[in-house]
Amino acid sequence: MTKKVVGQREIRVDAVAKVTGKAKYTDDFFEREMLVGKILRSPYAHARVKNIDVSKARALPGVEAVLTYKDVPQNRFATAGHPYALDPKKRDPEDRTILTDKARFVGDEIAAVAAVDELTAEQALKLIDVEYEVLEPVLTPEAALTEGAPRIHDDCENNIVSSKGYEIGDIEETFKKADYVFEDEFETSIVQHCQLENHISYSYIDGDGRIVIVSSTQIPHICRRIVGQALGIPWGRVRVIKPYVGGGFGSKQDICLEALNAAMTIAVDGRPVKLELSREECMIATRTRHAFKYIFKTAVSKEGKLLGTQVTAISNTGAYASHGHAISMSAGAKFRPLYSFEAIKFSPVTVYTNLPVAGAMRAYGVPQIKFALESHVENIARKLNMNPIEFRRKNFRGAGYVDPITGNKVLSCGIEECVKRGKELINWEEKKVRYKDQKGFMRRGLGMACFSYASGTYPAGQEIAGARIVLNQDGSVQLQIGATEIGQGSDTVFAQMTAEALGIPLDMVHVISTQDTDISPFDTGAYASRQTYITGMAVKKAALEVKEKVLDFVLGMTGIPKEALDIADANIIYKDSREVIMPLSEAAMQSYYDTAFASPITSDTSNNARVNAMSFGVTFAEVEVDIKTGKVEVLEIFNVHDSGKIINPQLAEGQVHGGVSMGIGYALSERLLFNEKTGEPLNNNLLDYKLPTIMDTPQIGVDFVETFEPTGPFGCKSLGEPPTITPAPAIRNAVLDATGVAFNRIPINPQYAFEKFKEAGLI
Amino acid sequence: MTKKIAFEVNGKKVELEVQPGETLLEVLRYRLHYTGVKKGCAVGECGACTVLIDGTPTNSCIYLAVWADGKEIRTIEGVAKDGELSKVQKSFVEEGAIQCGFCTPGFVLTATAMVESGKKYSREEIKRELSGHLCRCTGYQKIIKAVEKSLQD
Repeated sequence: MTKKVVGQREIRVDAVAKVTGKAKYTDDFFEREMLVGKILRSPYAHARVKNIDVSKARALPGVEAVLTYKDVPQNRFATAGHPYALDPKKRDPEDRTILTDKARFVGDEIAAVAAVDELTAEQALKLIDVEYEVLEPVLTPEAALTEGAPRIHDDCENNIVSSKGYEIGDIEETFKKADYVFEDEFETSIVQHCQLENHISYSYIDGDGRIVIVSSTQIPHICRRIVGQALGIPWGRVRVIKPYVGGGFGSKQDICLEALNAAMTIAVDGRPVKLELSREECMIATRTRHAFKYIFKTAVSKEGKLLGTQVTAISNTGAYASHGHAISMSAGAKFRPLYSFEAIKFSPVTVYTNLPVAGAMRAYGVPQIKFALESHVENIARKLNMNPIEFRRKNFRGAGYVDPITGNKVLSCGIEECVKRGKELINWEEKKVRYKDQKGFMRRGLGMACFSYASGTYPAGQEIAGARIVLNQDGSVQLQIGATEIGQGSDTVFAQMTAEALGIPLDMVHVISTQDTDISPFDTGAYASRQTYITGMAVKKAALEVKEKVLDFVLGMTGIPKEALDIADANIIYKDSREVIMPLSEAAMQSYYDTAFASPITSDTSNNARVNAMSFGVTFAEVEVDIKTGKVEVLEIFNVHDSGKIINPQLAEGQVHGGVSMGIGYALSERLLFNEKTGEPLNNNLLDYKLPTIMDTPQIGVDFVETFEPTGPFGCKSLGEPPTITPAPAIRNAVLDATGVAFNRIPINPQYAFEKFKEAGLI
Repeated sequence: MTKKIAFEVNGKKVELEVQPGETLLEVLRYRLHYTGVKKGCAVGECGACTVLIDGTPTNSCIYLAVWADGKEIRTIEGVAKDGELSKVQKSFVEEGAIQCGFCTPGFVLTATAMVESGKKYSREEIKRELSGHLCRCTGYQKIIKAVEKSLQD
């Protein structure tokens, strides 16, 4: 029997490159006479540029170009990393230009400099004289929605990017027949991705007059299109190269640098220009996670059935639309497969404010809505005096659910088993008894929260992926994909899938990790937890096609019918007896050099997936609350996931660890702060922004309920984003369990917790 | 005004003229092309640029190049010997402690100093030693395991 590769704890294919410092990231390439680019950012949250004088900056020795909005194309473009829509109505809001004459947040891009070194570039920025007409800043969604509020974008009347919602069933009817109606309000904060590698790109014009951009991006093919649009040039004149990426989490699913970087190299006749953001810039001038306000009003029967829910949401997208409108829709869609509401009315409004731009961040709107919904469900269960776990279980939809809006069908669902295992892992029953009547100032509590999520974006977005495989003379293969490795391990799982489908060992699969839009197959990139599931389909298809071609060739060589052949351990074998006929390398050599029949074997495939598998899972958390200081410590935390078949358990655990850690920060410490009057950022650095350190992170428990998803390659479903969804509500519910205080906002940091405990009379 | 300094990088002698304001990170990365030294914040917050200076883990982004005069510097490029991964590197690879890889060189170097110290560390002490390094991918779980494994005899 051939060695299984899928499902094994294989070592990631880039581990050695990364542990030896050989893996090259964008800043690790050198070009002769590369210039340094710097951006002049607005000190005001809302202002119009009345006058801008760059003459002194241009005159500074070493400055090669100074650009303002007057010097660069002013084509409006959208930055969100979505597949292009042929239907103009389905495109993202095009509200940006390269550089602007109207500042919409503190940090907006007013001018740019390319100079021989960093110091000269910094000096040149200081020599640019800008006369601003300072406008009233609009710093909260409420202010933005007030009648007569200043317009942030001249052509957007109410500062509303989008207010598209939906109604399923008859919500009013469920309120009428309900025994109880519960209403709660919740609020989440603005947080930031904090991937370790800041945004960076460099650009030059090559010998053919084409613009080459090397960028730390999750979406090279989309980047090429958007740069083409922004510059108003044919897309084929742009080439984007993506080397190793030091994390993204969605912040690099957006075009933050590349269009400006291309304009900079054009301004210096194609000389290379590097554009690298500082950490402080990266935290305010790339993307953040949307802060949401939610009101849930829910109809419940006395038997504890959730009948209907009316969801009102306000999303703060900041200065530009980016992904804003789509994130509200994602939130509204992805919670539906979990609980069997007969009716749902979802009414979101996504609002511009004069704050940094919110965009995609791990789980795309779902951590916000699930914090609200799972806190709300917990409140309801407690008010009904029902066991919160049993209350949830009573309302699970389970497999067979067909979403009335998307048409997506739940074909595999392990939520029941996830809850069962999580409960056992944390020793729920025993601890519940132990913590029953706690007095004193140190109290412990247990909480849990469930989620559903999708695998990709279909049908909201197109799900196309490409893979190319080339069989070498020695029987090894190169695998090229357009999907991007950004740390999550996609290159490794694609290599495993190829090895498994082809019948060769993993070390005979050479993954080309770099994406180059001139060379790599088309794929939209790393987002929506789509790659293992969506790109995996293309990889499997390509590998099976190579296998078919190999067996065809062997048929030509030997006369043995294809049906009788197989490949295992890099040998051509008889399928039934497993007897070796010849090494794969022998067939491969013939395919290259046979004087009559040579025809080297390759496959170049695309897969347009029109399915979307729902993944499920749960977080169980135990906390200890120090009521006197407001400090919440997570003692134990377990995430149990139904992500279908796990392709690589070691990598999968890593995804869960990182996601849970991010979720703990979201629950307890992380929040970007701004001056309430001016909109200036207050903590855009890694010291004052409370990212969990190793000291803040508890041991994280992980388990998988491996269902088999029939639509997924080898039975898999999404895993990248889901782990970050439920830690926050589980921790919030554990704090409620410990103290009786129902928090409705995150982060539950010591100050907020202390205030609430005082208000509740606990101190 | 420049200053001439001489130091060793991974056992190799280097002599060069540096600006008084140049950091060791800039010299290692942009002049000597030791690109395994990563820049995550440039102000000593994240630990990605950690190198060993006379055996001590140090943020090279807030260490002036002129101070390196006469010192022995070790970067990630100098950890593997004769193409053989060190014990720490092997542990990181085997335990799956690597994701995006950007924080990895810094963690590996601090762990290397811990192993070379010959001291014993409890799990809490390991965490404290590593607390100058930020990682957003791994939740630190497998990094702790890898370092524990490296410290086993």
